[in-house]
Amino acid sequence: MNVIVCVKQVPETTGVKINKDTNTLIREGTKGIINPFDMYAVEEGLRIKEKLGGEVIALSMGPPQADEALREVVSYGVDGAVLLSDRAFAGADTLATSRTLAKGVEKVGEFGLIICGKQAIDGDTAQVGPGIAERLDIPYVAFVRKIREISNHTLVVERMMDDGYDVLEVTLPALITVVKEINEPRMPSLRGKMKAKSVDIPVWGISELGISEEEVGLKGSATQVIKIFTPQRHGNREMLEGSVERQVDQLVSRLDGMKII
Amino acid sequence: MDYFLTEDQKMIKELSRQIADEKIMPARAELDEKEEFPWEIIKVLASSDLMGLCYPEEYGGLGGGTFENCLAVEEISRACIGVSVCFAGTGLGAYPILLFGSEDQKKRYLPDIASGRKLAAFGLTEANAGSDASGIQTSAVLDGDEYVINGTKQWITGGGEAEIYTVIVMTDKSRGSRGASALIVEKGTPGFTFGIKEKKMGIRASATTELVFSNCRVPRDNLIGKAGIGFIVSMRVLDRTRPGIGAQAIGLSQGALDTAVSYARERKQFGKPIISFQAVQHMLADMAIQTEAARALVYSACRFIDSGAKNISKVSAMSKVFSSDVAMKVTVDAVQVLGGYGYMRDYPVEKMMRDAKILQIYEGTNQIQRNVIGQELIKEYAGKKDNR
Ligand SMILES: Cc1cc2nc3c(=O)[nH]c(=O)nc-3n(C[C@H](O)[C@H](O)[C@H](O)COP(=O)(O)OP(=O)(O)OC[C@H]3O[C@@H](n4cnc5c(N)ncnc54)[C@H](O)[C@@H]3O)c2cc1C
Repeated sequence: MNVIVCVKQVPETTGVKINKDTNTLIREGTKGIINPFDMYAVEEGLRIKEKLGGEVIALSMGPPQADEALREVVSYGVDGAVLLSDRAFAGADTLATSRTLAKGVEKVGEFGLIICGKQAIDGDTAQVGPGIAERLDIPYVAFVRKIREISNHTLVVERMMDDGYDVLEVTLPALITVVKEINEPRMPSLRGKMKAKSVDIPVWGISELGISEEEVGLKGSATQVIKIFTPQRHGNREMLEGSVERQVDQLVSRLDGMKII
Repeated sequence: MDYFLTEDQKMIKELSRQIADEKIMPARAELDEKEEFPWEIIKVLASSDLMGLCYPEEYGGLGGGTFENCLAVEEISRACIGVSVCFAGTGLGAYPILLFGSEDQKKRYLPDIASGRKLAAFGLTEANAGSDASGIQTSAVLDGDEYVINGTKQWITGGGEAEIYTVIVMTDKSRGSRGASALIVEKGTPGFTFGIKEKKMGIRASATTELVFSNCRVPRDNLIGKAGIGFIVSMRVLDRTRPGIGAQAIGLSQGALDTAVSYARERKQFGKPIISFQAVQHMLADMAIQTEAARALVYSACRFIDSGAKNISKVSAMSKVFSSDVAMKVTVDAVQVLGGYGYMRDYPVEKMMRDAKILQIYEGTNQIQRNVIGQELIKEYAGKKDNR
């Protein structure tokens, strides 16, 4: 069974600076890393391949330098990678991004499962994975913390919830987004790194994908950013002190006073 | 420093470093404390292809040489030489087969070793035969198509954990040092058991045990090369693996230097970071000078060996002696830079200092290495006409 994993190159958060005037990230000069959640997607893809055979193909939409991120996932054992890159893709919101990625998936060909990280650490929307599934009209499960069973036709997963987890059975092909509890990503291998250096990573733009400029990038986006700002801190905080009993008493009487309990 | 490594060599270093940082550093204190064999880490090294660096591709390896292997050893050692000796020890066990084994033996054993599915170990030392290996008593007597082994090997790295053992035994005591041979013994062979596991000062993640043979029978086919060349096998193998000890030493020194410099930048006394004191700076400078000099020597020795050179004993011994002496000094000084904190187990340098000592002892003590170098000098200079 072939698995497609979607990966995004994101700025390394420790080095990020904000442009004071526009309130946007200064991306120039910051090192790109693979969105950490996507590494769990890659690992899960590789495990499925080890179990069921087939290939793992990585797909990324991004600027030309996202090629680095794709080469890196090849070093972990991914069989092939495709970069969706075109000037027209710039400024895409989650709608345009998922539309573009869905087109990419269709062009890659037959697959049993698409795996995405639960969200990207730069945008933090968690919308692209489900968005791709909607475009492709396949079932999806977000926040998967465990694959219980997988065959070529069905999948049984545990979906992480705030108060426990759900067990869901899905027919394939399907899409899942994964949380970090799902696995521990492996280290790259030397043979993988050697392959990563020489592997051919095709770049597909609007013409290869057969998609119009109106559907992608800023033009194809439903979101318009009017203003980006750093929120003011609101609310007061208060530290309760003293012995544990005293702190608990104080807390209970406060909560009681606020009619919370 | 740029040592003009090839792309592949840089990749080996980078990958080994990543594993050292992400997998070994966080685990090293506990492995040391619990004296636990680092199987989890060995598995990672195996699946990353690093266990196969120095074996030909036809046996499942990556076709590298001494240098490639040493680059990995160096980076792993930056985090922990208790782990790196487990990694390098399997190479020591495999080298007799690689250098002297039959095609059949290579096909049978090397792919499992190169993939890391099985570890190998090398057994020469005995209770009464350390520096003077010619004193070994373990015997192997031919009985039909089998050798019957009796005796006890001591302090064997990887004992109990490895599957494949190359042991040096006396097959003909009457012939003295020409009566030793190298045999392959697999774990699980009846009559082959493991004696005490030593409690050590350092490299405590590694296992050091006795190999006990009592009427242990192995097929005659397990003989490496031919009967009588056991010591030649040992010497040739150790000549090639000794730079590996050098690589452990430079990695360890680098790890100690890294810790010392970053600590000295943070620690404030008399209102200033201690790195601003010249006495501390000079100590760090000396640590850096010696580490770099040792690295240059180890790398040169590796390249010399990989060039196919014949007379490698001297250079190989030099790389081991110099860098292990450096590692001892650098780790002692690293503790000094950290002061009382350095003496505590909360910081890694006390372990590094304990670990360093073994490098001056195993694979031939530094005194014995100096003997080798001295002998080589005598030979070299005897051949020259005018030495002035
Ligand atoms: C942790 C550990 C792991 C080991 N792993 C292995 C292994 O995997 N396989 C294996 O076969 N062996 C192994 N050894 C054994 C190791 O190689 C020996 O300890 C080493 O060769 C020295 O032998 P010895 O300890 O008996 O010291 P000795 O030979 O007793 O030496 C004692 C002292 O006398 C000095 N000395 C001896 N002879 C001379 C001389 N002629 N000139 C000057 N000085 C001399 C030595 O330098 C040393 O300082 C290991 C040892 C240790 C401690």
